[in-house]
Amino acid sequence: MNIAKPNSYRSGPDERGHFGIFGGRFVAETLMPLILDLEKAYTAAKADPAFQAEMNGYLKNYVGRPSPLYFAERLTEHLGGAKIYLKREELNHTGSHKVNNVLGQIMLARRMGKKRIIAETGAGQHGVATATLCARFGLECVVYMGAVDVERQQPNVIRMEMLGAKVMPVQSGTRTLKDAMNEALRDWVTNVHNTFYCIGTVAGPHPYPTLVRDFQSIIGNETKAQMQEVEGRLPDSLVACIGGGSNAMGLFHPFLDDPSVEIFGVEAAGHGLTQLHAASIAGGRPGVLHGNRTYLLMDADGQIQDAHSISAGLDYPGIGPEHSWLHEIGRVNYLSATDDEALAAFQLLSRLEGIIPALEPAHAIAKVMELAPKRPRDHLMVVNLSGRGDKDVPQVGDILRGKK
Amino acid sequence: MTTRIDTRFAELKKQGRSAFVTYVMAGDPDLGTSLSIVKALPKAGADVIELGIPFTDPMADGPSIQAAGLRALKIGMTLTKTLELVRDFRKDDNVTPLVLMGYYNPIYIYGVDKFLADAKTAGVDGLIIVDLPPEEDDELCIPALKAGLNFIRLATPTTDDKRLPAVLANTSGFVYYVSIAGITGAAAADANAVGEAVARIKRHTRLPICVGFGIRTPEAARAIAEKADGSVVGTALVDALKNSLDAEGRATARTVNAVAELAATLAQGVKGAKQAAE
Ligand SMILES: Cc1ncc(COP(=O)(O)O)c(C=O)c1O
Repeated sequence: MNIAKPNSYRSGPDERGHFGIFGGRFVAETLMPLILDLEKAYTAAKADPAFQAEMNGYLKNYVGRPSPLYFAERLTEHLGGAKIYLKREELNHTGSHKVNNVLGQIMLARRMGKKRIIAETGAGQHGVATATLCARFGLECVVYMGAVDVERQQPNVIRMEMLGAKVMPVQSGTRTLKDAMNEALRDWVTNVHNTFYCIGTVAGPHPYPTLVRDFQSIIGNETKAQMQEVEGRLPDSLVACIGGGSNAMGLFHPFLDDPSVEIFGVEAAGHGLTQLHAASIAGGRPGVLHGNRTYLLMDADGQIQDAHSISAGLDYPGIGPEHSWLHEIGRVNYLSATDDEALAAFQLLSRLEGIIPALEPAHAIAKVMELAPKRPRDHLMVVNLSGRGDKDVPQVGDILRGKK
Repeated sequence: MTTRIDTRFAELKKQGRSAFVTYVMAGDPDLGTSLSIVKALPKAGADVIELGIPFTDPMADGPSIQAAGLRALKIGMTLTKTLELVRDFRKDDNVTPLVLMGYYNPIYIYGVDKFLADAKTAGVDGLIIVDLPPEEDDELCIPALKAGLNFIRLATPTTDDKRLPAVLANTSGFVYYVSIAGITGAAAADANAVGEAVARIKRHTRLPICVGFGIRTPEAARAIAEKADGSVVGTALVDALKNSLDAEGRATARTVNAVAELAATLAQGVKGAKQAAE
């Protein structure tokens, strides 16, 4: 595709929330006034030093930031190429990067005077982060989760309930993340007067993709400073897994205008790209769902197709609109890893580094296993370790013992 | 341009009564039954027909309409077949206004220009696309107006006076007031609140205002008809259809009548209403 290269890859979206043809605000009229209010509230918060100061306090003392940038020496030796660094988002309070964004949105909800928070969740990590901050700030919390995901991510369901959230299993459609998002939107339309919808990734109607990206950009900003400190220069490549793409966007965004940095997003190829998978860019095309135009898995009639991934957090037929744009404009390379590749990577990282990753970033590690050996030894590669594997221990344990 | 919608509302105004607007899902539970239902609706008293375009992810619909869409998709319903259904309906009925209601993605994938041309030739009069607010008017609303189709916008309790002009700007045919903040099939709004809302919207537009979401009974349809230019009933008709299906979800001998009979009672409710003074 022949698209003119912009002066900056970081200036989007435009005032209507578009990244090229992607993004926008495709929602029911009932929600529009609230979405416009949210945009105003966010613009005001961004300009308010008190907002940033308060957030920084929680990021440091509650979330546990900055997260370390760890040199994975044994993984590096094993793969025999690039020097691999892990951005340790799994060490955050609640166990993943999701908490960065939720903190930001809950602060916004408080500013807007909203007392009831709803969220959708796939792996449960976004739900746990939302339940946690709602507990911390005394807000009512309702989390929509596909019935299939309730089943395969039991530890997180229990955590959410312990934190006082109400988990609503969703029985419609494929009973995974896409349907949880539909139900959350239905709840929001019904309770719009008192409810704040805390979206878990860089998708949904404008301004969500932007504000989630901004809250997650702390990952890339820290990485830049930390790499400067240990290696005295920028990394040469970045790798992150993609469900909706928030951990990836958070790592990538601060580096988009550094042309020397190669960037790789890893989608879930499930059983393989010719079978059931969740790789929207590799196997989809532009369409409109959940408030934005973006790459989607769908049939010839525009009906949304079932996604599949072993990882509940990647099991979504779409991707954030900014990623769709970065793909079409050629700034980011989108790859994919299968369920089996992710499982192998899950085990490799556990054994070599004593770090059990979530199944989501295991997809990123799977591609590192391919990319790193082809790079020289002075190549600096950063992988976003977006979450820890505690939630996946029962599921992966069953698979490894041959029960499923 | 004058569409069948404009003509119909002008007639109703002359007769001093409100419109009875029905919603059913295209292809539910199969193509043949669906066509028979749509054909039966005007005879049962429907003044305007809304025909749902099935979609996998109807974010603003409740369980009944969601399930209706999935039944239709299961028998292989598509947007192309929805337009064929309209064409077949038009063979014997050239006056009843027909509005397609649904979500944008199937239309976007079909191709906006081709869709508008095909819809117009098939005999579609208007579009209600739930996930296209005025902020996205360039996508379909403005091309639809150019193609001679009405683009009917939803106004809701959250649409305040400041926003109403934007919502009404490119709306034509009629305004669809969603009487509650919620999904289809939810609890009904209070008729007095609806009356106030309709009066508020009337200060901004001369278009007819039809009210929907939550109307299930002839009494409720009548109460709304006294306050507005039309009452829209969807979920109750879709439920009547569903309750007539066999255990496998297939149509039975009762299906078409089950919908038509309910429509006829609701129409009686609407037609018994005294029209509010303008
Ligand atoms: C640990 C972890 N990583 C990644 C993801 C995928 O989301 P995103 O692509 O928005 O980072 C999830 C989602 O649940 C997750 O829990």
